[in-house]
Amino acid sequence: MILDGKCPKGPIEQSWDKHRFDMKLVNPSNKRKYKILVVGTGLAGGAAAATLGELGYNVEAFCYQDSARRAHSIAAQGGINAAKAYPNDGDSIFRLFYDTIKGGDFRAREADVWRLAQVSNNIIDQCVAQGVPFARDYAGYLDNRSFGGAQVSRTFFARGQTGQQLLLGAYSAISRQIKAGTVKLFARTEMLDLVVVDGEAKGITVRDLVTGEIRTHVGDAVVLCTGGYVNVFYLSTNAMGCSVTANWRAHKKGAYFANPCYTQIHPTCIPQTGEHQSKLTLMSESLRNDGRCWAPKKQGDNRPPNEIPEEERDYYLERKYPSFGNLAPRDIASRAAKEQCDDNRGVGPGGRGVYLDFAASIKRLGEDTIRERYGNLFEMYEKITDENGYKVPMRIYPAPHYAMGGLWVDYNCESNVPGLFVLGEANFSVHGANRLGASALMQGLADGYFVIPYTIANYLVKTAPGKVKADNPECKKSLENVNTEMKKLLSINGKKTVSEFHRALGKIMWNNVGMARSEQSLKEAIKQIPVLREEFWQNVKVTGSGPELNQQLENAWRVADFLEFGELLAKDALHRDESCGGHFRVEHQMPDGEAKRDDENFCYAAAWEFKGVGKEPELHKEPLVFENVHLAVRSYK
Amino acid sequence: MQLLTSSVGRKILMAITGQLMVLFVIVHLLGNSTIFIGWVNAYAEHLHAMPPVVWIFRIVMLALVGIHILFGIQLTLENSAANPQGYAVNNKLKATFASENMIWTGLLLLAFIVYHVLHFTARVTPDIVKGVDALGRFDVFTMVVSSFQHGIIAVIYVAAMVTLFLHLSHGIQSFFQTMGWNNAKSLPVFSKIAMVLAVIFLLGYSSIPLFIVTGILNK
Amino acid sequence: MNLTLHVWRQAGPNQPGKLEVYEAKHVSPDQSFLEMLDEVNEELIKGGKDPISFDHDCREGICGMCSQVINGVPHGGQDRTTVCQLHMRTFKDGDSIFIEPWRARAFPLLRDLVVDRTALDRIIESGGYTSCHTGGVADGNAILIPKPDAEYAMDAAECIGCGACVAGCPNGSAMLFTSAKVAQLAALPQGKAEAAQRVCAMTESMKENGFGNCTNHYECQAACPKGINVKFIAKLNREFQKSLFE
Repeated sequence: MILDGKCPKGPIEQSWDKHRFDMKLVNPSNKRKYKILVVGTGLAGGAAAATLGELGYNVEAFCYQDSARRAHSIAAQGGINAAKAYPNDGDSIFRLFYDTIKGGDFRAREADVWRLAQVSNNIIDQCVAQGVPFARDYAGYLDNRSFGGAQVSRTFFARGQTGQQLLLGAYSAISRQIKAGTVKLFARTEMLDLVVVDGEAKGITVRDLVTGEIRTHVGDAVVLCTGGYVNVFYLSTNAMGCSVTANWRAHKKGAYFANPCYTQIHPTCIPQTGEHQSKLTLMSESLRNDGRCWAPKKQGDNRPPNEIPEEERDYYLERKYPSFGNLAPRDIASRAAKEQCDDNRGVGPGGRGVYLDFAASIKRLGEDTIRERYGNLFEMYEKITDENGYKVPMRIYPAPHYAMGGLWVDYNCESNVPGLFVLGEANFSVHGANRLGASALMQGLADGYFVIPYTIANYLVKTAPGKVKADNPECKKSLENVNTEMKKLLSINGKKTVSEFHRALGKIMWNNVGMARSEQSLKEAIKQIPVLREEFWQNVKVTGSGPELNQQLENAWRVADFLEFGELLAKDALHRDESCGGHFRVEHQMPDGEAKRDDENFCYAAAWEFKGVGKEPELHKEPLVFENVHLAVRSYK
Repeated sequence: MQLLTSSVGRKILMAITGQLMVLFVIVHLLGNSTIFIGWVNAYAEHLHAMPPVVWIFRIVMLALVGIHILFGIQLTLENSAANPQGYAVNNKLKATFASENMIWTGLLLLAFIVYHVLHFTARVTPDIVKGVDALGRFDVFTMVVSSFQHGIIAVIYVAAMVTLFLHLSHGIQSFFQTMGWNNAKSLPVFSKIAMVLAVIFLLGYSSIPLFIVTGILNK
Repeated sequence: MNLTLHVWRQAGPNQPGKLEVYEAKHVSPDQSFLEMLDEVNEELIKGGKDPISFDHDCREGICGMCSQVINGVPHGGQDRTTVCQLHMRTFKDGDSIFIEPWRARAFPLLRDLVVDRTALDRIIESGGYTSCHTGGVADGNAILIPKPDAEYAMDAAECIGCGACVAGCPNGSAMLFTSAKVAQLAALPQGKAEAAQRVCAMTESMKENGFGNCTNHYECQAACPKGINVKFIAKLNREFQKSLFE
């Protein structure tokens, strides 16, 4: 089936304004009759719940954490982009639009990206009004920094905690609505199923993580803001609780999953120290401005770095990419590090790491300057590794970081299941095959504050409020399914723990579907994952019972979904027989190692329809049309 | 109303009443110190020459003490209710013995004040020597000296002053914080000033019974 | 290294709880404290026992989920460090470690080391925001904010809402948490309009939610993994006094 993204026609500059006018409105006095279920309270979910509540809708918000303030948006460090053009350096909405399309390697929908660039300015104003303490200059004006993938300074920031401050802004807005009674928050509550009645999303089945109660909430529309899925790699920079579960459950109920193979691997993370490791920590990639990446030339060289003489060091980025050197794009830098380690020249525990050396910069600029620029990162590095980055080179290794893929949505952020809306990282819409730095925060807030309030009304006017009641047979069926699944998980009582399975899945995914993918490795993954999944359902050990706080059960559910989802990710990667952005197929590369796209055959979004566990999913294509930015080879040289 | 009911309002009342009492403690110390230069009888004579002033002053002091104690007890009860279960291992980084025992040092000081008033103001304890000096004034000097020559009384007074030291070493700097006069730089400075004041009170007040009981100051 | 853990175990809110002893064997100094607990849990699960429940999520010191009192100090007492960032190299072979949940009336225990901190959310709900509408706000540069004010607000805004200040406070008071939000918004022109109402509402909410009163122990600042300064409590006190005259 060819999917229609329902993009407005006509000049792109007017597309969103025109579309806003064309959409229907809900009468103010009718709004409170509609109940909207918002799942997730990160930037997208928090902003959506607060805004919809303020408009007068009856909102129920859900998050698995104990508070709406803890979603993983909070961990974003760098900043948020906006086309304010305050520094007068030639920025514009069109330039932000252009950079994002190009950065995404021409795999995103133009109209969506245009809208994102257009509302980016409103986001900054909104956050300032909320009391977000953005960095200011001495005159009191908002400060900007530059970021990867752009030649202008358009990134607004609040120290190294921009995500935290924006999330707290959204959290304060949602708190205000909770007080006003328009939003009801269900914290420590995890969505385990989507209730679809007559083809439309009308409710969710959730588990109260404290009491263990499984119940159904019905509403007039469901908004999923449940983040990304890179925890499928087990070790990632995501929070421990981040999962694909909500998205996957929606997918199993009919929502298409688009471009799951687009995952971003961040090059400057702190390497793993051993098997005990539970997550990886990211350090801002700005470190590469002054640090030089190298690995020993000799294989298996385990001398301390300071004893390896200059001529026995391989500054591989400078060697391979003389013009860009250490500032090569994220995907290139990540893959190059992996190559060194695969060649048995990696450093540190397990040989999975390369050096990021500041010695030359310290010599040139002095330790104080380096401390001024990156002091907090050096501190963080020392806390985790117990090594002083000023004295010995840092060790870094790439780590999964962000999911560009997600549930397929049209221009209205509505999935193919009517009434199911998907916002933020959970959808696939704007980042194409690669996301630029400081764009994730922008998308989450744009969707939540400025897109969904308009587009959801367009759906709601077509449906009578309160159409589905809690005693609907579909609700009962959903409850039964979830209960049956829980009983099954608890009754297996096998020999291996949930995290052992998650770790095993992570290894398969990382080794075969990680930074560099080949037909062979992907086929290997597609072979191995079902075997592991089979074993999981035979041999997993989940302690405790259902009606209680049971963290093992929570994890078991999430891992069970990853075990199904991982296969789809691998299948999508196998089907996409090209390299683009974060998806790198070793068969398709330029002589210099850049990704080689195949626009003739793959210039589309791949949306997969679920056909059953272990069954072949069905591929639907949404062709991508580029009318405003011309398809070109992505080059940063 | 906010001042009487809210968490911060009552804390401000505690701070202000406490601080006014600290002012009294300063003045009282200056008055007491006249004993070392032989002016104490004159000081007492002048002080009591204006009974209405003395009584207004006493009533104000009583009110201050009353408010301070009332809210002190109320806040302490609320606070211990808010933290009903301690830790198996108790390990405080910043809180001190003094800050954690304000209620007990406060109550001990109350008991001491009652005793002190009965002792030197009402003069109803058995050790009191009442007499007049050469100028026909009430002989405060002799009364104080003969009283403190009882070792036990001197010890009670010195112990009370140690209690006062503990109470004020936390209380004075706490005043600056509660009044909102602190920033990150001033806080350690105020803490030091508070400590210096508390030490001066301890040494100043204790020196009288100590000098007397050791015989340095005698009739 | 090998360690002896004394961990608070309690099956539910109204059940009796006690410290149980566990051995953590072959602990690597590079492990984080939570990863050490992960391994203890793996052993417990394999032995058919209930693993220890504890809150955690981002494991990079920013979400504020992790909450354990280690040897009597919230987050273990390493300067500006959450439990998830505390590494085992700060312990010695043979150490005994006491692990207890946050303790305060306002934080009812749910299970083992997991407590309910929604009381903190209710304080924010009472006024920890500016009442601005989505859309229809002024340009971000319409009101200039001097850099020192922005920096001051940011210092306060770093609070991660973990509740260590309450857990450390001998009075179970949430004054540092409350004051950080009051001070952040009072320092910014956008927050000034509601400053008087906000400080009263939030301190009142603190009381209603069962937190104690501040008596200036400053234990909160020492326990805070973000180093939030008690100067913000002084700021709250100032704001409160101003509100009395409005």
